[in-house]
Amino acid sequence: MSMDPTQTLDVKGQNCPMPVVKTKGAFDELGAEETLEVVATDSGSMSDIEGWAESTDGATLLDQVEAIENGEDVYKHYIQKAE
Amino acid sequence: MSTETSAGSEGSLSDEEIAKLQARVDELESELADVQSEVGDSPKKMVIIATKGTLDMAYPPLILASTAAAFGYNVTVFHTFWGLEILHEENSKELQLSSVGNPNMPVPNAIAALPGMDRVTTRLMENRIEDNDVATVESLIQTSLDSGVDLQACQMTIDLLDYDEDDFYDGVTTGVGAASAFQEMVDADIQLLV
Repeated sequence: MSMDPTQTLDVKGQNCPMPVVKTKGAFDELGAEETLEVVATDSGSMSDIEGWAESTDGATLLDQVEAIENGEDVYKHYIQKAE
Repeated sequence: MSTETSAGSEGSLSDEEIAKLQARVDELESELADVQSEVGDSPKKMVIIATKGTLDMAYPPLILASTAAAFGYNVTVFHTFWGLEILHEENSKELQLSSVGNPNMPVPNAIAALPGMDRVTTRLMENRIEDNDVATVESLIQTSLDSGVDLQACQMTIDLLDYDEDDFYDGVTTGVGAASAFQEMVDADIQLLV
């Protein structure tokens, strides 16, 4: 499974509900079979974006990764758009 | 099924009866198709009635509205009474937190009732909002409008509180009343009073 994102959405420093709201906006702009990477610092985005992807037609959550970058916790989400 | 083939019943239906049943089946199938297409085609809908105008109570309707819009819902927020303050361009930037009667505040009621205390607790809350990267009320309103949320200001309370239609953010729907809010609620999958 390739995780090469077509687009990256940076929502670092933004809290609920912005990561989901902006993910939806970026997802709508995505082409078929493209993958969106969402980079957040909001720990709640892990369950929020999972829930959003589950309820959204054509959205597949490929992976969610927790990492530490420049000393801060970041949460990365990879969402693919169906054909 | 076995009873249908029991002696005497087989072949007891006349051609006319069979034709009638077939017509009824066709009718029901077409009704079912109508219902299915109605359910499948129309997006889900949420209606929130926002009645409170304090800083803390401005957040739940706006956060839920923008989130539901991200989930593909058609969202209407009907603002009435103090809920109008949230849509009032000037007042929305100065929403206050009531420190009296709120046991979660760090000050006892006797002190909370002193003049100016609401300003102090509001300032505390605003600092927390900023420190925690929580969006401002103003930006949530903009986000909601950008996401297609219909923010409505109740005309009766606009008149009652002596506001002008121009006092509200661009994009806010005015000239609506209880009947239109009710009508929206009838069709909605989720209805909330905040």
